[in-house]
Amino acid sequence: MTYLALLPWHRRLAWLLLGLIVLLAVAGPWLWPDPARQDLMQFLASPSLAEPLGRDQLGRSVMARVASATRLSLGLAALCVLSAALLGGLLGVLSAWRGGLTDTVLRGVADGVLALPGLLIVLIFSAMAKGGFITLYLGLALAQWVEYFRMTRARSRLVLASPHVEASRLLGFGPGYIVRRHLWPELSPMLLTMASFGMATAILALSTLGYVGVGLQPPAAELGLMMTEALPHYSEAPRLVLAPVAVLALTLAALVLLRPLEVKR
Amino acid sequence: MAAITQHGLARVLGQRLIQALVVSLLVATLCFVLVQQLPGDMAFRIAAGRYGYDYVDAAAADAVRQELGLAQPAWQQFAHWLQQLAHGQLGQSLVTGGAVLEEIGHHLGATLQLAAASVALALGLGLPLGLASGLRPGGWADRLTLLASVALRALPPFLLGLMLMLGLSVQLGWVPAAGHGEDGNLLLPALTLGLGLSGLTARIVRDSVLAVVQSDYYRFALTKGLSPWRAFWRHGLRNIGVTVVAYAGVQLVLLIEGVVVVESLFAWPGIGHALVHAVFWRDVPMIQGCTLLLAWLFVLLNTLTDLLCLAIDPRGPAEP
Repeated sequence: MTYLALLPWHRRLAWLLLGLIVLLAVAGPWLWPDPARQDLMQFLASPSLAEPLGRDQLGRSVMARVASATRLSLGLAALCVLSAALLGGLLGVLSAWRGGLTDTVLRGVADGVLALPGLLIVLIFSAMAKGGFITLYLGLALAQWVEYFRMTRARSRLVLASPHVEASRLLGFGPGYIVRRHLWPELSPMLLTMASFGMATAILALSTLGYVGVGLQPPAAELGLMMTEALPHYSEAPRLVLAPVAVLALTLAALVLLRPLEVKR
Repeated sequence: MAAITQHGLARVLGQRLIQALVVSLLVATLCFVLVQQLPGDMAFRIAAGRYGYDYVDAAAADAVRQELGLAQPAWQQFAHWLQQLAHGQLGQSLVTGGAVLEEIGHHLGATLQLAAASVALALGLGLPLGLASGLRPGGWADRLTLLASVALRALPPFLLGLMLMLGLSVQLGWVPAAGHGEDGNLLLPALTLGLGLSGLTARIVRDSVLAVVQSDYYRFALTKGLSPWRAFWRHGLRNIGVTVVAYAGVQLVLLIEGVVVVESLFAWPGIGHALVHAVFWRDVPMIQGCTLLLAWLFVLLNTLTDLLCLAIDPRGPAEP
Protein backbone atom coordinates (compact mmCIF):
# COMPACT_ATOMS: atom_id res chain seq x y z
CA MET A 1 0.00 0.00 0.00
CA THR A 2 1.27 3.44 0.86
CA TYR A 3 4.34 2.15 2.59
CA LEU A 4 5.29 -0.35 -0.05
CA ALA A 5 7.77 2.17 -1.40
CA LEU A 6 9.36 2.29 2.04
CA LEU A 7 9.68 -1.46 2.46
CA PRO A 8 13.11 -2.04 0.97
CA TRP A 9 14.46 0.90 2.87
CA HIS A 10 13.49 -0.19 6.36
CA ARG A 11 14.24 -3.83 5.61
CA ARG A 12 17.74 -2.88 4.52
CA LEU A 13 18.26 -0.82 7.67
CA ALA A 14 17.03 -3.73 9.78
CA TRP A 15 19.44 -6.20 8.15
CA LEU A 16 22.31 -3.73 8.55
CA LEU A 17 21.54 -3.23 12.24
CA LEU A 18 21.13 -6.93 12.81
CA GLY A 19 24.41 -7.59 11.03
CA LEU A 20 26.22 -5.11 13.27
CA ILE A 21 24.70 -6.61 16.40
CA VAL A 22 25.58 -10.15 15.35
CA LEU A 23 29.09 -8.91 14.59
CA LEU A 24 29.28 -7.45 18.10
CA ALA A 25 28.07 -10.74 19.54
CA VAL A 26 30.49 -12.86 17.50
CA ALA A 27 33.62 -10.72 17.30
CA GLY A 28 33.20 -8.67 20.48
CA PRO A 29 34.05 -11.33 23.05
CA TRP A 30 37.05 -12.25 20.91
CA LEU A 31 38.45 -8.70 20.89
CA TRP A 32 37.56 -7.91 24.51
CA PRO A 33 37.83 -11.35 26.08
CA ASP A 34 37.02 -11.25 29.78
CA PRO A 35 33.80 -9.55 30.94
CA ALA A 36 34.43 -10.41 34.60
CA ARG A 37 38.03 -9.22 35.04
CA GLN A 38 38.10 -6.40 37.55
CA ASP A 39 40.67 -3.64 37.71
CA LEU A 40 39.64 -1.63 40.73
CA MET A 41 42.39 0.97 40.17
CA GLN A 42 40.54 2.00 37.02
CA PHE A 43 36.95 2.06 38.24
CA LEU A 44 34.71 4.31 36.11
CA ALA A 45 37.67 5.03 33.78
CA SER A 46 36.70 7.21 30.83
CA PRO A 47 36.56 5.77 27.31
CA SER A 48 39.91 5.35 25.59
CA LEU A 49 41.14 3.83 22.36
CA ALA A 50 41.59 0.38 23.86
CA GLU A 51 38.35 0.57 25.84
CA PRO A 52 35.84 2.44 23.65
CA LEU A 53 33.20 2.44 26.38
CA GLY A 54 35.46 2.84 29.39
CA ARG A 55 35.23 0.77 32.54
CA ASP A 56 32.43 0.26 35.03
CA GLN A 57 32.17 0.70 38.80
CA LEU A 58 34.31 -2.39 39.39
CA GLY A 59 36.81 -1.52 36.68
CA ARG A 60 35.46 -4.13 34.26
CA SER A 61 35.59 -3.42 30.56
CA VAL A 62 32.13 -2.19 29.51
CA MET A 63 32.80 -3.18 25.92
CA ALA A 64 33.57 -6.75 26.94
CA ARG A 65 30.46 -6.89 29.09
CA VAL A 66 28.18 -5.47 26.40
CA ALA A 67 29.58 -7.86 23.80
CA SER A 68 29.26 -10.88 26.04
CA ALA A 69 25.73 -9.86 27.06
CA THR A 70 24.73 -9.47 23.42
CA ARG A 71 26.10 -12.90 22.62
CA LEU A 72 24.19 -14.35 25.56
CA SER A 73 20.92 -12.66 24.60
CA LEU A 74 21.08 -13.62 20.94
CA GLY A 75 22.19 -17.17 21.71
CA LEU A 76 19.50 -17.81 24.30
CA ALA A 77 16.81 -16.21 22.16
CA ALA A 78 17.78 -18.25 19.09
CA LEU A 79 17.80 -21.43 21.15
CA CYS A 80 14.37 -20.66 22.62
CA VAL A 81 12.84 -19.81 19.27
CA LEU A 82 14.26 -22.95 17.65
CA SER A 83 12.96 -25.21 20.40
CA ALA A 84 9.58 -23.49 20.60
CA ALA A 85 9.11 -23.56 16.82
CA LEU A 86 10.14 -27.21 16.64
CA LEU A 87 7.90 -28.30 19.50
CA GLY A 88 4.95 -26.11 18.54
CA GLY A 89 5.26 -26.91 14.84
CA LEU A 90 5.45 -30.67 15.34
CA LEU A 91 2.56 -30.72 17.78
CA GLY A 92 0.55 -28.45 15.50
CA VAL A 93 1.00 -30.75 12.51
CA LEU A 94 0.29 -33.77 14.69
CA SER A 95 -2.87 -32.16 16.02
CA ALA A 96 -4.11 -31.27 12.55
CA TRP A 97 -3.16 -34.69 11.18
CA ARG A 98 -4.65 -36.90 13.88
CA GLY A 99 -7.65 -34.79 14.90
CA GLY A 100 -9.98 -36.41 17.42
CA LEU A 101 -8.76 -36.91 20.97
CA THR A 102 -5.17 -35.84 20.25
CA ASP A 103 -6.46 -32.58 18.89
CA THR A 104 -8.84 -31.96 21.79
CA VAL A 105 -6.23 -32.65 24.46
CA LEU A 106 -3.51 -30.59 22.79
CA ARG A 107 -5.90 -27.70 22.24
CA GLY A 108 -6.97 -27.83 25.87
CA VAL A 109 -3.38 -27.62 27.05
CA ALA A 110 -2.64 -24.83 24.58
CA ASP A 111 -5.66 -22.85 25.75
CA GLY A 112 -4.51 -23.20 29.33
CA VAL A 113 -0.97 -22.05 28.56
CA LEU A 114 -2.37 -19.22 26.49
CA ALA A 115 -4.39 -18.00 29.47
CA LEU A 116 -1.14 -17.62 31.36
CA PRO A 117 0.76 -14.56 30.13
CA GLY A 118 4.21 -15.64 28.97
CA LEU A 119 6.11 -13.50 31.44
CA LEU A 120 4.35 -15.25 34.34
CA ILE A 121 5.48 -18.66 33.09
CA VAL A 122 9.03 -17.39 32.77
CA LEU A 123 8.83 -15.87 36.25
CA ILE A 124 7.74 -19.17 37.80
CA PHE A 125 10.57 -20.94 36.01
CA SER A 126 13.09 -18.33 37.01
CA ALA A 127 12.15 -18.97 40.63
CA MET A 128 13.15 -22.61 40.19
CA ALA A 129 16.82 -21.91 39.88
CA LYS A 130 17.61 -18.30 40.23
CA GLY A 131 20.25 -17.34 37.74
CA GLY A 132 19.99 -20.71 36.03
CA PHE A 133 20.48 -20.54 32.29
CA ILE A 134 18.68 -23.84 31.64
CA THR A 135 15.54 -23.00 33.59
CA LEU A 136 15.26 -19.60 31.94
CA TYR A 137 15.59 -21.30 28.58
CA LEU A 138 12.95 -23.88 29.46
CA GLY A 139 10.58 -21.21 30.72
CA LEU A 140 10.97 -19.02 27.64
CA ALA A 141 10.57 -21.94 25.24
CA LEU A 142 7.51 -23.28 27.07
CA ALA A 143 5.92 -19.84 27.08
CA GLN A 144 6.36 -19.53 23.32
CA TRP A 145 5.51 -22.90 21.81
CA VAL A 146 1.75 -22.28 21.95
CA GLU A 147 1.90 -19.55 19.31
CA TYR A 148 3.62 -21.89 16.86
CA PHE A 149 1.24 -24.68 17.75
CA ARG A 150 -1.88 -22.61 17.06
CA MET A 151 -0.66 -21.13 13.81
CA THR A 152 0.74 -24.41 12.50
CA ARG A 153 -2.41 -26.29 13.45
CA ALA A 154 -4.74 -23.78 11.82
CA ARG A 155 -2.73 -23.63 8.59
CA SER A 156 -2.04 -27.38 8.43
CA ARG A 157 -5.74 -28.20 8.76
CA LEU A 158 -6.48 -26.12 5.69
CA VAL A 159 -3.64 -27.62 3.70
CA LEU A 160 -4.36 -31.19 4.74
CA ALA A 161 -8.00 -30.84 3.72
CA SER A 162 -7.08 -29.44 0.31
CA PRO A 163 -7.52 -31.34 -3.00
CA HIS A 164 -3.75 -31.31 -3.62
CA VAL A 165 -3.07 -33.38 -0.54
CA GLU A 166 -5.96 -35.67 -1.32
CA ALA A 167 -4.54 -36.21 -4.78
CA SER A 168 -1.11 -36.99 -3.32
CA ARG A 169 -2.63 -39.46 -0.90
CA LEU A 170 -4.60 -41.17 -3.65
CA LEU A 171 -1.41 -41.46 -5.66
CA GLY A 172 0.06 -43.33 -2.73
CA PHE A 173 2.54 -40.83 -1.35
CA GLY A 174 3.34 -41.23 2.33
CA PRO A 175 3.26 -38.74 5.21
CA GLY A 176 6.92 -37.76 4.70
CA TYR A 177 6.24 -36.62 1.16
CA ILE A 178 3.11 -34.71 2.12
CA VAL A 179 4.92 -32.88 4.92
CA ARG A 180 7.89 -32.06 2.69
CA ARG A 181 6.04 -31.07 -0.47
CA HIS A 182 2.73 -29.69 0.79
CA LEU A 183 3.06 -28.57 4.41
CA TRP A 184 6.58 -27.19 4.65
CA PRO A 185 6.36 -24.72 1.72
CA GLU A 186 3.07 -23.45 3.15
CA LEU A 187 4.30 -23.17 6.74
CA SER A 188 7.90 -21.98 6.42
CA PRO A 189 7.30 -18.28 5.56
CA MET A 190 4.88 -17.94 8.45
CA LEU A 191 7.28 -19.66 10.84
CA LEU A 192 10.11 -17.34 9.83
CA THR A 193 8.01 -14.25 10.49
CA MET A 194 6.96 -15.62 13.83
CA ALA A 195 10.56 -16.44 14.66
CA SER A 196 11.71 -12.83 14.34
CA PHE A 197 8.91 -11.81 16.67
CA GLY A 198 9.77 -14.63 19.06
CA MET A 199 13.44 -13.59 19.13
CA ALA A 200 12.41 -10.09 20.20
CA THR A 201 10.09 -11.47 22.89
CA ALA A 202 12.79 -13.76 24.27
CA ILE A 203 15.49 -11.08 24.31
CA LEU A 204 13.08 -8.72 25.99
CA ALA A 205 11.97 -11.23 28.62
CA LEU A 206 15.58 -12.10 29.45
CA SER A 207 16.58 -8.49 29.98
CA THR A 208 13.37 -7.66 31.86
CA LEU A 209 14.01 -10.47 34.31
CA GLY A 210 17.62 -9.36 34.68
CA TYR A 211 16.49 -5.81 35.28
CA VAL A 212 14.03 -6.63 38.05
CA GLY A 213 16.60 -8.89 39.65
CA VAL A 214 15.11 -12.35 39.21
CA GLY A 215 16.86 -13.39 35.98
CA LEU A 216 20.51 -14.19 35.58
CA GLN A 217 22.51 -13.14 38.61
CA PRO A 218 25.73 -11.15 38.94
CA PRO A 219 28.50 -11.49 37.86
CA ALA A 220 26.85 -12.62 34.60
CA ALA A 221 27.02 -9.95 31.92
CA GLU A 222 23.41 -9.50 30.85
CA LEU A 223 21.83 -6.39 29.36
CA GLY A 224 19.04 -5.83 31.91
CA LEU A 225 21.27 -6.69 34.83
CA MET A 226 23.94 -4.26 33.60
CA MET A 227 21.41 -1.43 33.60
CA THR A 228 20.35 -2.14 37.17
CA GLU A 229 23.94 -2.40 38.34
CA ALA A 230 24.96 0.84 36.65
CA LEU A 231 21.95 2.91 37.68
CA PRO A 232 23.46 4.17 40.98
CA HIS A 233 26.40 5.52 38.96
CA TYR A 234 24.21 7.24 36.41
CA SER A 235 25.24 10.76 37.36
CA GLU A 236 28.99 10.01 37.09
CA ALA A 237 28.92 7.75 34.05
CA PRO A 238 25.62 7.69 32.17
CA ARG A 239 27.27 5.61 29.42
CA LEU A 240 27.20 2.59 31.73
CA VAL A 241 23.41 2.63 31.55
CA LEU A 242 23.10 3.94 28.02
CA ALA A 243 25.33 1.31 26.37
CA PRO A 244 23.14 -1.70 27.23
CA VAL A 245 19.99 0.37 26.65
CA ALA A 246 21.20 1.27 23.16
CA VAL A 247 22.14 -2.31 22.28
CA LEU A 248 18.80 -3.64 23.49
CA ALA A 249 16.73 -0.96 21.76
CA LEU A 250 18.63 -1.37 18.48
CA THR A 251 18.31 -5.16 18.55
CA LEU A 252 14.58 -4.96 19.16
CA ALA A 253 14.17 -2.25 16.54
CA ALA A 254 16.00 -4.37 13.97
CA LEU A 255 13.80 -7.37 14.71
CA VAL A 256 10.64 -5.26 14.52
CA LEU A 257 11.67 -3.64 11.24
CA LEU A 258 12.40 -7.02 9.67
CA ARG A 259 8.70 -7.72 9.54
CA PRO A 260 6.27 -5.98 7.20
CA LEU A 261 5.25 -2.69 8.79
CA GLU A 262 1.59 -2.94 7.87
CA VAL A 263 -0.50 -5.03 10.24
CA LYS A 264 -2.38 -7.32 7.90
CA ARG A 265 -5.97 -7.73 8.98
CA MET B 1 -32.83 -13.87 18.54
CA ALA B 2 -32.86 -14.24 22.29
CA ALA B 3 -32.14 -17.97 22.01
CA ILE B 4 -29.12 -17.32 19.84
CA THR B 5 -27.79 -14.81 22.32
CA GLN B 6 -28.27 -17.19 25.23
CA HIS B 7 -26.62 -20.00 23.34
CA GLY B 8 -23.69 -17.74 22.52
CA LEU B 9 -23.51 -16.59 26.11
CA ALA B 10 -23.42 -20.13 27.43
CA ARG B 11 -20.73 -21.11 24.94
CA VAL B 12 -18.50 -18.17 25.80
CA LEU B 13 -18.86 -18.65 29.55
CA GLY B 14 -18.37 -22.42 29.30
CA GLN B 15 -15.21 -22.11 27.20
CA ARG B 16 -13.70 -19.53 29.50
CA LEU B 17 -14.59 -21.49 32.61
CA ILE B 18 -12.77 -24.54 31.28
CA GLN B 19 -9.84 -22.30 30.40
CA ALA B 20 -9.76 -20.91 33.94
CA LEU B 21 -9.76 -24.45 35.36
CA VAL B 22 -6.98 -25.65 33.05
CA VAL B 23 -4.85 -22.64 33.84
CA SER B 24 -5.35 -23.13 37.58
CA LEU B 25 -4.24 -26.73 37.33
CA LEU B 26 -1.29 -25.65 35.21
CA VAL B 27 -0.17 -23.03 37.72
CA ALA B 28 -0.61 -25.42 40.64
CA THR B 29 1.45 -28.09 38.88
CA LEU B 30 4.18 -25.64 37.89
CA CYS B 31 4.36 -24.33 41.45
CA PHE B 32 4.52 -27.89 42.76
CA VAL B 33 7.39 -28.68 40.40
CA LEU B 34 8.92 -25.42 41.54
CA VAL B 35 8.92 -26.56 45.16
CA GLN B 36 10.54 -29.84 44.19
CA GLN B 37 13.19 -28.18 42.07
CA LEU B 38 14.32 -25.62 44.60
CA PRO B 39 18.06 -25.90 45.06
CA GLY B 40 19.42 -25.76 48.55
CA ASP B 41 17.46 -26.11 51.75
CA MET B 42 14.20 -24.22 51.47
CA ALA B 43 13.85 -24.03 55.25
CA PHE B 44 17.09 -22.05 55.48
CA ARG B 45 16.01 -19.60 52.82
CA ILE B 46 12.64 -19.00 54.44
CA ALA B 47 14.23 -18.57 57.83
CA ALA B 48 16.62 -16.03 56.28
CA GLY B 49 13.68 -14.20 54.77
CA ARG B 50 11.96 -14.03 58.12
CA TYR B 51 14.74 -13.31 60.55
CA GLY B 52 17.46 -11.83 58.36
CA TYR B 53 20.58 -13.56 57.06
CA ASP B 54 22.64 -12.97 60.20
CA TYR B 55 20.21 -14.73 62.52
CA VAL B 56 19.78 -18.04 60.73
CA ASP B 57 21.05 -21.24 62.31
CA ALA B 58 20.10 -24.92 62.05
CA ALA B 59 17.60 -24.61 64.89
CA ALA B 60 15.72 -21.79 63.21
CA ALA B 61 15.67 -23.73 59.92
CA ASP B 62 14.38 -26.86 61.71
CA ALA B 63 11.64 -24.85 63.36
CA VAL B 64 10.57 -23.54 59.96
CA ARG B 65 10.67 -27.06 58.49
CA GLN B 66 8.45 -28.42 61.25
CA GLU B 67 6.03 -25.55 61.04
CA LEU B 68 5.51 -25.70 57.29
CA GLY B 69 5.60 -29.49 56.94
CA LEU B 70 8.51 -29.34 54.51
CA ALA B 71 9.69 -32.80 55.56
CA GLN B 72 6.60 -34.62 54.22
CA PRO B 73 6.83 -36.66 51.01
CA ALA B 74 6.25 -34.63 47.88
CA TRP B 75 2.97 -36.21 46.79
CA GLN B 76 1.39 -35.57 50.18
CA GLN B 77 2.32 -31.93 49.96
CA PHE B 78 0.88 -31.72 46.45
CA ALA B 79 -2.39 -33.43 47.41
CA HIS B 80 -2.68 -31.10 50.38
CA TRP B 81 -1.95 -28.20 48.09
CA LEU B 82 -4.60 -29.08 45.51
CA GLN B 83 -7.11 -29.73 48.25
CA GLN B 84 -6.49 -26.31 49.70
CA LEU B 85 -6.73 -24.73 46.29
CA ALA B 86 -10.04 -26.49 45.59
CA HIS B 87 -11.35 -25.01 48.83
CA GLY B 88 -10.26 -21.59 47.72
CA GLN B 89 -7.51 -21.39 50.30
CA LEU B 90 -4.28 -20.09 48.88
CA GLY B 91 -2.26 -20.86 51.99
CA GLN B 92 0.06 -18.59 53.89
CA SER B 93 3.02 -16.60 52.76
CA LEU B 94 6.20 -18.40 53.71
CA VAL B 95 7.96 -15.14 54.44
CA THR B 96 5.48 -12.99 56.34
CA GLY B 97 3.28 -15.81 57.61
CA GLY B 98 0.17 -13.86 56.64
CA ALA B 99 -2.64 -15.39 54.59
CA VAL B 100 -1.87 -15.10 50.86
CA LEU B 101 -5.45 -14.08 50.16
CA GLU B 102 -5.18 -11.10 52.49
CA GLU B 103 -1.80 -10.05 51.17
CA ILE B 104 -3.09 -10.19 47.61
CA GLY B 105 -6.26 -8.31 48.49
CA HIS B 106 -4.00 -5.67 49.95
CA HIS B 107 -2.14 -5.36 46.63
CA LEU B 108 -5.07 -5.73 44.27
CA GLY B 109 -6.34 -2.17 44.65
CA ALA B 110 -3.04 -0.64 43.60
CA THR B 111 -2.83 -2.90 40.55
CA LEU B 112 -6.38 -2.10 39.43
CA GLN B 113 -5.72 1.61 39.89
CA LEU B 114 -2.61 1.43 37.72
CA ALA B 115 -4.31 -0.73 35.08
CA ALA B 116 -7.36 1.54 34.89
CA ALA B 117 -5.23 4.68 34.57
CA SER B 118 -3.09 3.10 31.83
CA VAL B 119 -6.03 1.77 29.85
CA ALA B 120 -7.77 5.15 30.08
CA LEU B 121 -4.60 6.83 28.83
CA ALA B 122 -4.15 4.27 26.04
CA LEU B 123 -7.74 4.68 24.86
CA GLY B 124 -7.67 8.46 25.20
CA LEU B 125 -4.56 8.63 23.01
CA GLY B 126 -5.08 5.60 20.80
CA LEU B 127 -8.72 5.94 19.76
CA PRO B 128 -8.63 9.47 18.30
CA LEU B 129 -5.24 8.93 16.68
CA GLY B 130 -6.32 5.61 15.24
CA LEU B 131 -9.54 7.10 13.89
CA ALA B 132 -7.66 9.98 12.31
CA SER B 133 -5.16 7.55 10.75
CA GLY B 134 -7.83 5.22 9.41
CA LEU B 135 -9.96 7.96 7.90
CA ARG B 136 -6.95 9.57 6.20
CA PRO B 137 -4.51 6.77 5.39
CA GLY B 138 -1.12 8.19 4.53
CA GLY B 139 -1.88 11.43 6.36
CA TRP B 140 0.16 12.91 9.18
CA ALA B 141 -1.67 11.00 11.90
CA ASP B 142 -1.09 7.73 10.05
CA ARG B 143 2.61 8.34 9.70
CA LEU B 144 2.90 9.48 13.29
CA THR B 145 1.17 6.40 14.69
CA LEU B 146 3.15 4.05 12.46
CA LEU B 147 6.41 5.59 13.61
CA ALA B 148 5.26 5.61 17.22
CA SER B 149 4.12 1.99 17.15
CA VAL B 150 7.42 0.81 15.67
CA ALA B 151 9.39 2.90 18.17
CA LEU B 152 7.29 1.69 21.08
CA ARG B 153 7.74 -1.93 20.11
CA ALA B 154 11.49 -1.40 20.09
CA LEU B 155 11.15 0.32 23.46
CA PRO B 156 9.63 -2.25 25.80
CA PRO B 157 7.90 -1.12 29.02
CA PHE B 158 10.90 -1.29 31.24
CA LEU B 159 13.12 0.67 28.84
CA LEU B 160 10.40 3.26 28.28
CA GLY B 161 9.92 3.50 32.03
CA LEU B 162 13.64 3.80 32.61
CA MET B 163 13.92 6.59 30.05
CA LEU B 164 10.90 8.45 31.42
CA MET B 165 12.32 8.08 34.89
CA LEU B 166 15.74 9.37 33.87
CA GLY B 167 14.27 12.17 31.78
CA LEU B 168 11.29 13.48 33.71
CA SER B 169 12.37 12.73 37.20
CA VAL B 170 16.16 12.57 37.44
CA GLN B 171 17.04 15.26 34.88
CA LEU B 172 14.04 17.58 35.15
CA GLY B 173 12.80 16.71 38.63
CA TRP B 174 9.15 17.16 37.70
CA VAL B 175 7.72 14.01 39.23
CA PRO B 176 8.82 11.57 41.92
CA ALA B 177 10.75 8.64 40.43
CA ALA B 178 9.08 5.87 42.40
CA GLY B 179 6.85 5.15 45.34
CA HIS B 180 3.21 5.20 46.23
CA GLY B 181 0.79 7.32 48.21
CA GLU B 182 1.85 10.82 47.20
CA ASP B 183 0.43 12.93 44.43
CA GLY B 184 2.09 12.35 41.11
CA ASN B 185 3.34 8.88 41.97
CA LEU B 186 0.84 7.32 39.62
CA LEU B 187 1.92 9.50 36.73
CA LEU B 188 5.13 7.78 35.65
CA PRO B 189 3.92 4.16 35.87
CA ALA B 190 0.62 4.96 34.16
CA LEU B 191 2.38 6.98 31.48
CA THR B 192 4.84 4.14 30.81
CA LEU B 193 2.18 1.48 30.49
CA GLY B 194 -0.38 3.72 28.78
CA LEU B 195 2.03 4.98 26.13
CA GLY B 196 3.13 1.45 25.31
CA LEU B 197 -0.46 0.31 24.88
CA SER B 198 -1.61 3.40 23.00
CA GLY B 199 0.71 2.79 20.04
CA LEU B 200 -0.78 -0.62 19.47
CA THR B 201 -4.35 0.55 20.10
CA ALA B 202 -3.97 3.28 17.52
CA ARG B 203 -2.77 0.78 14.89
CA ILE B 204 -5.57 -1.68 15.60
CA VAL B 205 -8.20 1.08 15.38
CA ARG B 206 -6.57 2.38 12.22
CA ASP B 207 -6.63 -1.00 10.49
CA SER B 208 -10.24 -1.75 11.34
CA VAL B 209 -11.42 1.76 10.40
CA LEU B 210 -9.63 1.44 7.08
CA ALA B 211 -11.11 -2.00 6.39
CA VAL B 212 -14.62 -0.70 7.02
CA VAL B 213 -14.25 2.56 5.14
CA GLN B 214 -12.93 0.71 2.08
CA SER B 215 -15.67 -1.93 2.18
CA ASP B 216 -18.42 -2.14 -0.42
CA TYR B 217 -21.30 -1.62 1.97
CA TYR B 218 -19.75 1.54 3.35
CA ARG B 219 -19.13 3.00 -0.11
CA PHE B 220 -22.67 2.11 -1.08
CA ALA B 221 -23.98 3.92 2.00
CA LEU B 222 -22.10 7.03 0.89
CA THR B 223 -23.20 6.59 -2.73
CA LYS B 224 -26.86 6.37 -1.85
CA GLY B 225 -26.53 9.82 -0.30
CA LEU B 226 -25.97 9.38 3.42
CA SER B 227 -23.90 12.14 4.95
CA PRO B 228 -20.40 10.99 5.98
CA TRP B 229 -21.29 11.38 9.64
CA ARG B 230 -24.50 9.36 9.29
CA ALA B 231 -22.78 6.63 7.29
CA PHE B 232 -20.10 6.38 9.94
CA TRP B 233 -22.66 6.29 12.74
CA ARG B 234 -25.02 3.73 11.15
CA HIS B 235 -22.65 1.53 9.17
CA GLY B 236 -19.16 2.16 10.46
CA LEU B 237 -19.12 2.28 14.22
CA ARG B 238 -20.46 -1.20 15.05
CA ASN B 239 -18.33 -2.95 12.46
CA ILE B 240 -15.23 -1.12 13.61
CA GLY B 241 -16.13 -1.81 17.22
CA VAL B 242 -16.28 -5.57 16.92
CA THR B 243 -12.84 -5.84 15.30
CA VAL B 244 -11.24 -3.42 17.73
CA VAL B 245 -12.68 -5.13 20.79
CA ALA B 246 -11.80 -8.62 19.55
CA TYR B 247 -8.24 -7.67 18.72
CA ALA B 248 -7.80 -5.63 21.89
CA GLY B 249 -8.71 -8.76 23.85
CA VAL B 250 -5.72 -10.56 22.35
CA GLN B 251 -3.45 -7.70 23.37
CA LEU B 252 -4.60 -7.73 26.99
CA VAL B 253 -1.65 -9.99 27.64
CA LEU B 254 0.53 -6.90 27.22
CA LEU B 255 -1.40 -5.18 29.98
CA ILE B 256 -0.91 -8.05 32.43
CA GLU B 257 2.78 -8.45 31.62
CA GLY B 258 3.22 -4.70 31.63
CA VAL B 259 1.69 -4.42 35.07
CA VAL B 260 4.27 -6.87 36.42
CA VAL B 261 7.21 -5.04 34.85
CA VAL B 262 6.11 -1.48 35.49
CA GLU B 263 5.13 -2.12 39.09
CA SER B 264 8.53 -3.58 39.91
CA LEU B 265 10.23 -0.76 38.08
CA PHE B 266 8.46 2.03 39.97
CA ALA B 267 8.04 0.22 43.30
CA TRP B 268 4.26 0.39 42.89
CA PRO B 269 2.84 -1.89 45.59
CA GLY B 270 0.62 -4.04 43.37
CA ILE B 271 0.38 -7.71 42.57
CA GLY B 272 3.15 -7.70 40.00
CA HIS B 273 5.52 -6.15 42.51
CA ALA B 274 4.47 -8.74 45.08
CA LEU B 275 5.02 -11.51 42.53
CA VAL B 276 8.54 -10.42 41.68
CA HIS B 277 9.38 -10.19 45.37
CA ALA B 278 7.88 -13.62 45.96
CA VAL B 279 10.03 -15.02 43.15
CA PHE B 280 13.02 -13.37 44.73
CA TRP B 281 12.32 -15.01 48.10
CA ARG B 282 10.98 -18.24 46.58
CA ASP B 283 7.76 -17.72 48.52
CA VAL B 284 5.86 -20.42 46.62
CA PRO B 285 2.32 -19.94 48.01
CA MET B 286 2.63 -16.26 47.27
CA ILE B 287 3.97 -16.95 43.73
CA GLN B 288 1.07 -19.31 43.17
CA GLY B 289 -1.48 -16.86 44.54
CA CYS B 290 -0.24 -13.90 42.51
CA THR B 291 0.10 -15.92 39.30
CA LEU B 292 -3.35 -17.43 39.73
CA LEU B 293 -4.89 -14.06 40.38
CA LEU B 294 -3.22 -12.46 37.36
CA ALA B 295 -4.19 -15.42 35.17
CA TRP B 296 -7.79 -15.29 36.38
CA LEU B 297 -7.84 -11.57 35.83
CA PHE B 298 -6.65 -12.22 32.28
CA VAL B 299 -9.34 -14.86 31.68
CA LEU B 300 -11.97 -12.57 33.20
CA LEU B 301 -10.95 -9.67 30.96
CA ASN B 302 -11.04 -12.01 27.97
CA THR B 303 -14.50 -13.18 28.95
CA LEU B 304 -15.68 -9.58 29.16
CA THR B 305 -14.14 -8.97 25.74
CA ASP B 306 -16.01 -11.95 24.30
CA LEU B 307 -19.27 -10.79 25.84
CA LEU B 308 -18.74 -7.27 24.56
CA CYS B 309 -18.12 -8.67 21.05
CA LEU B 310 -21.29 -10.70 21.36
CA ALA B 311 -23.22 -7.63 22.44
CA ILE B 312 -21.94 -5.62 19.49
CA ASP B 313 -22.44 -8.43 17.00
CA PRO B 314 -25.02 -10.97 18.29
CA ARG B 315 -24.21 -13.37 15.43
CA GLY B 316 -21.04 -14.29 17.25
CA PRO B 317 -17.65 -14.96 15.66
CA ALA B 318 -17.78 -16.25 12.10
CA GLU B 319 -15.74 -19.39 12.79
CA PRO B 320 -15.32 -21.14 16.10
